[in-house]
Amino acid sequence: MTVGYIALEDGTVISGRSVAAPGVAFGEAVFTTAMTGYQETVTDPSFAGQLVTFTAPMVGNYGVDDARLESAQPWVKGVLMRRCGGAAWATWLASHGIVALEEVDTRMLVLRIREAGAMRAAVVGDESELDAAAAIELIRQQPAMEGQALVSSVSSVEPTRFNEEGRVRVAVVDYGAKASIMRRLKRSGAAVTVYPHAASADDLAGYDGVLLSNGPGDPGPLVDEVAAIADLVGRPSVLGICLGHQLLGLATGHSTYKLPFGHRGANHPVLERATGRVLVTSQNHGFAVAATDEREATYVSLYDGTVEGFDYPELNARSVQFHPEAGPGTHDAWPILERWVEGLQPA
Amino acid sequence: MPRRTDIESICLIGSGPIVIGQACEFDYSGCQALKVLREDGFRTIVVNSNPATIMTDPGFADRTYIEPLDVAGVTDVLRRERPDALLPTLGGQTALNLAIELAESGVLDELGVELIGARVDVIRRAEDRSLFRDAVESCGLRTPRSQIVTSIDQLGPIPAPAVVRPAFTLGGHGGGFAETEGELRAIVERGLRESPITQVLVEESIRGWDEFELEVIRDLNDNVVIVCSIENLDPMGVHTGDSVTVAPQMTLSDEAYQELRDASVAIIRAVGVETGGSNIQFARNRDTGEVRVIEMNPRVSRSSALASKATGYPIAKGAAKLAVGYTLDEIPNDLTKTTPASFEPTLDYVVVKFPRFAFEKFPGADTTLGTQMKSVGEAMGIGRTFTEAFLKGFGSRELDPGSATPWATFDDIPDGVHPWFKEQLAHARRELASLDILRAKRAGWGDDSIGAAWGTSGDDVRRARYARGIKPSYRRVDSCAGEVEASSNYYYSTWGEEDEALPPATKPRVVIIGSGPNRIGQGIEFDYCCVHAVQTFRALGYEAVMINCNPETVSTDYDTSDRLYFEPLSPEEVLAVLDREQPEGVVTQFGGQTPLRLARHIEAAGYQIMGTPLTAIDLAEDRELFGALADELGIRCPPWSTVEGVEEAIAAAAEIGYPVLVRPSYVLGGRAMRVCYDDAQLRKAMSAVSGSVLVDRFVENAVEIDVDALCDGEEVFIAAVMQHVEEAGVHSGDSSCVLPAQSLTLANALEVEHIVKRLAPALGVVGLVNIQLAIADSTVYVLEANPRASRTVPFASKAIGINLVEAACKLAAGKTLRDLDLPTPRPIQVSVKAAVLPFARFPGADPVLGPEMRSTGEVMASASDLPTAFAKAERAAGRPLPATGTAFLSVNDNDKPSVVSIAAALAGLGFEIVATDGTARTLRAAGLEVGEVAKVADAAADEQTVVDLIADGRCDLIINTPQGSGARADGYRIREAALGARVPCITTISGAAAAVHAIANARAETALSLQERIGIGA
Repeated sequence: MTVGYIALEDGTVISGRSVAAPGVAFGEAVFTTAMTGYQETVTDPSFAGQLVTFTAPMVGNYGVDDARLESAQPWVKGVLMRRCGGAAWATWLASHGIVALEEVDTRMLVLRIREAGAMRAAVVGDESELDAAAAIELIRQQPAMEGQALVSSVSSVEPTRFNEEGRVRVAVVDYGAKASIMRRLKRSGAAVTVYPHAASADDLAGYDGVLLSNGPGDPGPLVDEVAAIADLVGRPSVLGICLGHQLLGLATGHSTYKLPFGHRGANHPVLERATGRVLVTSQNHGFAVAATDEREATYVSLYDGTVEGFDYPELNARSVQFHPEAGPGTHDAWPILERWVEGLQPA
Repeated sequence: MPRRTDIESICLIGSGPIVIGQACEFDYSGCQALKVLREDGFRTIVVNSNPATIMTDPGFADRTYIEPLDVAGVTDVLRRERPDALLPTLGGQTALNLAIELAESGVLDELGVELIGARVDVIRRAEDRSLFRDAVESCGLRTPRSQIVTSIDQLGPIPAPAVVRPAFTLGGHGGGFAETEGELRAIVERGLRESPITQVLVEESIRGWDEFELEVIRDLNDNVVIVCSIENLDPMGVHTGDSVTVAPQMTLSDEAYQELRDASVAIIRAVGVETGGSNIQFARNRDTGEVRVIEMNPRVSRSSALASKATGYPIAKGAAKLAVGYTLDEIPNDLTKTTPASFEPTLDYVVVKFPRFAFEKFPGADTTLGTQMKSVGEAMGIGRTFTEAFLKGFGSRELDPGSATPWATFDDIPDGVHPWFKEQLAHARRELASLDILRAKRAGWGDDSIGAAWGTSGDDVRRARYARGIKPSYRRVDSCAGEVEASSNYYYSTWGEEDEALPPATKPRVVIIGSGPNRIGQGIEFDYCCVHAVQTFRALGYEAVMINCNPETVSTDYDTSDRLYFEPLSPEEVLAVLDREQPEGVVTQFGGQTPLRLARHIEAAGYQIMGTPLTAIDLAEDRELFGALADELGIRCPPWSTVEGVEEAIAAAAEIGYPVLVRPSYVLGGRAMRVCYDDAQLRKAMSAVSGSVLVDRFVENAVEIDVDALCDGEEVFIAAVMQHVEEAGVHSGDSSCVLPAQSLTLANALEVEHIVKRLAPALGVVGLVNIQLAIADSTVYVLEANPRASRTVPFASKAIGINLVEAACKLAAGKTLRDLDLPTPRPIQVSVKAAVLPFARFPGADPVLGPEMRSTGEVMASASDLPTAFAKAERAAGRPLPATGTAFLSVNDNDKPSVVSIAAALAGLGFEIVATDGTARTLRAAGLEVGEVAKVADAAADEQTVVDLIADGRCDLIINTPQGSGARADGYRIREAALGARVPCITTISGAAAAVHAIANARAETALSLQERIGIGA
């Protein structure tokens, strides 16, 4: 049994048992409250550069399966669990070089993060290799998440066809896109092509619809991507999800800001203004688009009132902060993707 | 959508007496609903026949009717109160079935009462098997392949093995699993009899599949949230009420869980539940992932109470608010205050529920678990991991030594449990074997288990961990896994973690110890008392802290106390809470035997027991001490002796003289108590007990009196003198009782009073005391004294209009009776308490009353005279007395002289009298006209027997007294047949006399509300 720990930049140190790869992982300490979908979570590129604490008490219970991958590899840098519920999961994490601890007081971590905000941190697989004081020194030398452009590190490099057949043609701009988005688009009748984050407006303009995907990090530094979107909007129909929603906001003159500790989970209620209905949504974001008097949000978080979606009818664009594709999480918002694809006109 | 303004008054139906499958969870849900409806300005009217409920307290609704839950009873109330709406979704299956009957009978239309919470067509679609199947199939989902059967000749298309489920019965009552064609036929026949609409479903067996439940809520805007998922450890085939269950579900992947979530949402929409909670059960094949929808309850259920306690999400409150027009986004989450009710709870801990069985009470009964629920209560454990929660739940059952129960020991893993759970249990074993205290504690092991495993003692383990500073820490249940700051006051313990700080002490604290899982002998009455204790101490300016582990109760509602610790009621956990809380006092007199068993540890640890000191308990329970005290006070007890072992018992009995009563100490509900008429019976009774046992003379043909009194250490207030309907020898919990006592002579009444007034202060009682007495030939004997709240306290409080628990708490807090200045009780009506027995659940056990308590619940009825009150109580207990018809009588020789007048009275009322030969001879000799029917044992092959008579429905009333114990002859067959045919069967002569008196003299009388009866509110 190897004892490791997680150290936070505020000096908090919490010990645990190492269950996966050895080593030290630096990153931003965040937590997710989703009770299922651990493999989907760690392979979601939006988690790039983060040390994820699962609030679910038992993680890894039902093993691993490639069908649950949201991308080709895990992007989280470290995993913190109260208890690891299965050997297959631990082995899989180890095979991908992920440092993971169990027997961690995850609730204490969550309360610290809730109070102090998401923090720089390090997961140390073996306490004998690096003492906590030294780790905290090193943590404080790491860059903060704010201002980090992480999209280029997770995006695909070349355009790729996801599927050939479809009533309409959709391009997904991959800022760190989850496979569930492509799968849901395909199920809704779209032929999907995935473009790298640096795709230009002209690359995309010929599609019936363009989906701006989710992705990691701060939208602020992504000026080239924002410029491309500004150039694109008004041409094909555009749908933004998560980071895509934030970039669309920036491209239309809105501003974004960092939430204290983000929304990460599968139980976030969102009010759909048009219908008065509540959707229970899957969320994973640390930044948000600021509300504005000029444009009424189409979706609002019932949890903290933050903007969860905008509509730009004049630009034939719309966006949501949450994840209608789920994976993991509820399917309440699937219709947002399905209706968008249905509404697209083949060129 | 805001609250409806077109309705002003709402009538809520409760669930009646506690029965298997329907327990105090409906008091919890009803209380929550009444609370929010009143806060919202509605005038509330509640109808429930169960006096031991908090919801029937005079302060809980504007009008409270303790009336039978049948069409006549509720109609009477509706006619009087003319409410705008009727809310039936919080009172279990009883309320739902009643709502349908009321709607069908036209009463609701006639009186202009709107059904809210669930429409009739919705209830039908959920409850009627074929309509439900259609609704499920319309969602593209499947129910198990099945066939609706309304008569036995329709059997065929579905072969055995198959499951039989009768329509509209609680807890799957009357159903079962059939392995063979013969069994199938028998169970279908029984199910058709049990179903009020003579309909059963025969369905394909999915035995062995995994079972899941989802708790779903929907509002008028079609918003749906899933409050909780629950996974059963026992796979399909075992009723979920009898299954060990875990929340949240542990073994489903996200895609598999979302499939069930989507299915639940689709089903609640298809069935059309618009406002409120539902429980939907699924079976899932572990290997293929195939899913079948098993059933849905379109109402608050046992599982939803469990889900509420598991998540902190108040489903019943929400359901009540939705029923009056609110939507989910308009209702704030109580624990966080900032998030709305549409926030699906997410858990950072695990809960495990264990059922509590009482098979030891029903010798002969089949103990295998099936689709018909048999457990009588439940306990829940909360931990940060599965094993921690499991071990807490496991240990919270408070099993009696040697009791027959599934999962009796840790390694007793039932068949078919998912390998994941087995691996977790193996992990717990490995952690225990690590010889590392913290690891063992974090896995969930108690000090005693660790001590036993390590060849040392629990005390040594405790000392070792104190030396290392290893103490439990306490975590909040906040419904959001810490994501949002919550002011929740709901805690559980865990190990090796940070503690969530206690609020600063601004007031003195008291800790009230609850009564743990419901069991026979210790049920809802004690939770009622604990809740009142909490309320009283809060009103007195204390912070009241509750410890309990029963998820069904009002006491474990986070709203009830200042702080709730959901913990096992064993010394380790209770002392740890006391260590954290540092209370000024600990209250142990309201939770039955459970807190009394802890009192010694509590006192030894240096905490103050409030009210009656521990010495009083010893004085009352230790027969030597009690006997000496009684002698000193000149109080007569039946001759007695304490013995150990059979030989001592036989010797003692020879001296005392038969019949004798064998009774172990420190037990509730007369566990293992027996009346013995000879050495053989005594030997048998002694073989079932161990240690020191009291053997005393059984006073035959005595009238038994129960007294509840208050004492401040010096003065005594006699609150209630109750007379049992059945003679001494029938456990007081199973006997009907009457207040005020009807047949006490003035001299006896004065002597009873005199005894109680001497005995209570001599015992040192500060608070409540219950004294049981027997009167035979004008001699008054004290049978026992219990220096604590008794089972009759809620009944007595409601009959006399004085809150006895409140008074007792004030005394415990230092006030005197003089300070309280209680009014002399002068009830304007006669109140009867009647017991409800679960015999129909335990085929094979003899349904006869005796000194061991076997009832699960009770009802109360009040009227201006005894016959009317008695008849109403019998109706409320679900065995309405027939007005006319055929009465069958068969009594033992002792009872033959007294049966004559009963038979004569019945004949005078127009009953046709039928009897077996012995009884018939007696009656004929007295000049009565009697039809004779053969005993089963004596019958010729083609001769009609009494059992045929009963089974054919040609008998309306049965009076059958047992022929001494052990004889499983005719009497047993008769009683069993009566149970099957649902014919009232009376097994004591005194009970029969009361029944006949009631049939002859009961009058139609308008119901009075409790408020009117006790003269408060208008």
